[in-house]
Amino acid sequence: MARTEEVLESAGRRRRSFSPRYPGWLTTPSLLYYAIFFLGPLAILVAFSLATQTGFDAISYGFDTSQYHLVTDSLYVKIFERTLLMAGGGSLLTILVGYPIAYWMARYLSTYKLLALLLILVPFWTSFLIRTYALKIILDPHGYLAEDLGIDIMYTKWAVAVGLVYNYLPLFIIPVFASLERMDWSLVEAATDLGAKPYNAFRQITLRLTLPGVVTGALLVFIPMSGEYIIPNILSGGNYEFVGNVIGDQFASAQNQPFGSALSISLMIALSGFVALYILFATKEERFGA
Amino acid sequence: MSSRGTDSAYDVEFRTVTKRFGNLTAVNAVSFQVRQGEFLSLLGPSGCGKTTSLRMIAGFEQPDEGEIVIGGVDAVGTPPYRRDVNTVFQQYALFPHLTVLDNVAYGMKQKGVGRSDRYQRAREALELVRLTGREKHKPSMLSGGQQQRVALARALVNRPRVLLLDEPLGALDLKLRKEMQIELTRIQGEVGITFIYVTHDQGEALSMSDRIAVMSDGVIEQLGTPAEIYDRPRTAFVADFIGEMNFLEGTVSRTEDGEYDVTTAGGVVVRARGEATRGQAVKVGIRPARMRITGATDDGVVNAARAAVDTKMYLGDEVQVVATLGDGTQVVIREQRAGADAPHDAIRPGDPITIQWDRNAPVLLAETPTEQQE
Ligand SMILES: Nc1ncnc2c1ncn2[C@@H]1O[C@H](COP(=O)(O)OP(=O)(O)OP(=O)(O)O)[C@@H](O)[C@H]1O
Ligand SMILES: [Mg+2]
Repeated sequence: MARTEEVLESAGRRRRSFSPRYPGWLTTPSLLYYAIFFLGPLAILVAFSLATQTGFDAISYGFDTSQYHLVTDSLYVKIFERTLLMAGGGSLLTILVGYPIAYWMARYLSTYKLLALLLILVPFWTSFLIRTYALKIILDPHGYLAEDLGIDIMYTKWAVAVGLVYNYLPLFIIPVFASLERMDWSLVEAATDLGAKPYNAFRQITLRLTLPGVVTGALLVFIPMSGEYIIPNILSGGNYEFVGNVIGDQFASAQNQPFGSALSISLMIALSGFVALYILFATKEERFGA
Repeated sequence: MSSRGTDSAYDVEFRTVTKRFGNLTAVNAVSFQVRQGEFLSLLGPSGCGKTTSLRMIAGFEQPDEGEIVIGGVDAVGTPPYRRDVNTVFQQYALFPHLTVLDNVAYGMKQKGVGRSDRYQRAREALELVRLTGREKHKPSMLSGGQQQRVALARALVNRPRVLLLDEPLGALDLKLRKEMQIELTRIQGEVGITFIYVTHDQGEALSMSDRIAVMSDGVIEQLGTPAEIYDRPRTAFVADFIGEMNFLEGTVSRTEDGEYDVTTAGGVVVRARGEATRGQAVKVGIRPARMRITGATDDGVVNAARAAVDTKMYLGDEVQVVATLGDGTQVVIREQRAGADAPHDAIRPGDPITIQWDRNAPVLLAETPTEQQE
């Protein structure tokens, strides 16, 4: 992280210790909200996952781990693998598409910087679902892309990948743009001055110093991509299912809440692993004051 | 000098270099040469084009006109990473994610120097700048002065042909500044690398440099040794920028035997050594320390002026008197005093005094810098 940030950080720390300390109970309303509307559903989900299906749409609560055994069935493990692989690939593609945009905005724009940022965010102002349907028109087998350019990827995993990148790109660009904005470009000058060729200066200095932003952005898109079900549903025509689609089916058509819940919890645990890795990375970065 | 030297006697040469930013001319047809192993300062007020000149040598900016020759080769168009030149940046620009040792070894790593070799040399460079025991630390854990030393070591370790320093001591407090000034001259002497040093601190330039280029508004007003610049400033700007100067304006009334007289509107006759054109309106400068207060003298004596005391101030060993001449020109006189100094102690504001100076004290000043070549 840039030196300026550290200065700000230490200044902040100093200020905090001199500022009035507000009583902790003031957080109660927020904590209550969190408990009821966030932890509540989670608890219900856990209860569901441990319940036993007694008939169509009828369950009895207990401590039945059989649903979790079912999750480890090779069919579902495969879907898990595919989901995480697709989310990983989608995140990677997002990095490749998003980093140059963020770099260009931070480095080369001045007057129109904020406007560009706004334009990046504009898609977020319309419904996710509608945008995905709009994407379908571009990818249509009878559209320009397919007929004139020969890029006919509709109903394949590539269409899903394009959809993932398209929908989550802004979420990646924002943190990366923020870290590029903090970048001290004289460091790049110093590197070239010391004999670093442009590519090496970029890799060793710019990319390295904005890595925390890249990792944050990648995680920020990887998590929701892993839970995605609308995009694979619409763009693969049901050919290419994510865990999210299977979960949706369990709740909507199969009425098998225990199994749907067990799948959800399993996905959550898998993703928590990634978040744990991220926290490890973040604290290491902070500790060594990069 | 120029008759003896060949191209390769210069490490850096500017040949009518011009750099514009939009319609602002930051550097205007500047020419100068930097000799091998020289400590040259670029001195001038803020915005005069010092940093721009330095950045053109480093290769971060390209001149719009003219040539920049580094080591006898025209460097225009050569990217920074292929120039045998290193920079010490004002804000140090140390890599925050690398240790001190890796910062210093960075340049050698780019050149493919082996690991143990480059660390060995990096350690030696840190010894040269007297910063040892901090190799494994990150730059943010060091004090400003220590970071400064790392920046210096990081640039010096590559043994460049020329080292560029852009106000490297600007961020340090006065005491540390003085210390680093001495350190820098010691290091330069030890490594023998050409230093081009940007500063707007005249004291720093005078005490450290072999030669000083005084810049103003994109041009070099004067280039010379510290003594030349101080004792024989060519323009009013240089005279005023380096130290304090009293200015007297008048007309050249007599020229004879390598001497000239300048008569001011108030009738003061300044007689000095040098050449001048009769009848010309000129400006002469006299340093405050070269003036002295004497007892009353007769009218009509050259190099003497009657004045009325405005203020008197003790500066320890010196006493400074500000006085106004008959024609309203204000002058500053600074004199040594020895212990209980009756004549000075007696001076009160409003007192009439007579000021005198020697004929080698006045300097004839030009309005604009004239073409000068050694
Ligand atoms: N990249 C740039 N774009 C536009 N104008 C610039 C640029 N760099 C410098 N200038 C202008 O060129 C002039 C010379 O700038 P320069 O940085 O060389 O001054 P300096 O002598 O180093 O001043 P200081 O002592 O304040 O550092 C200034 O008027 C400055 O505003
Ligand atoms: Mg500058």
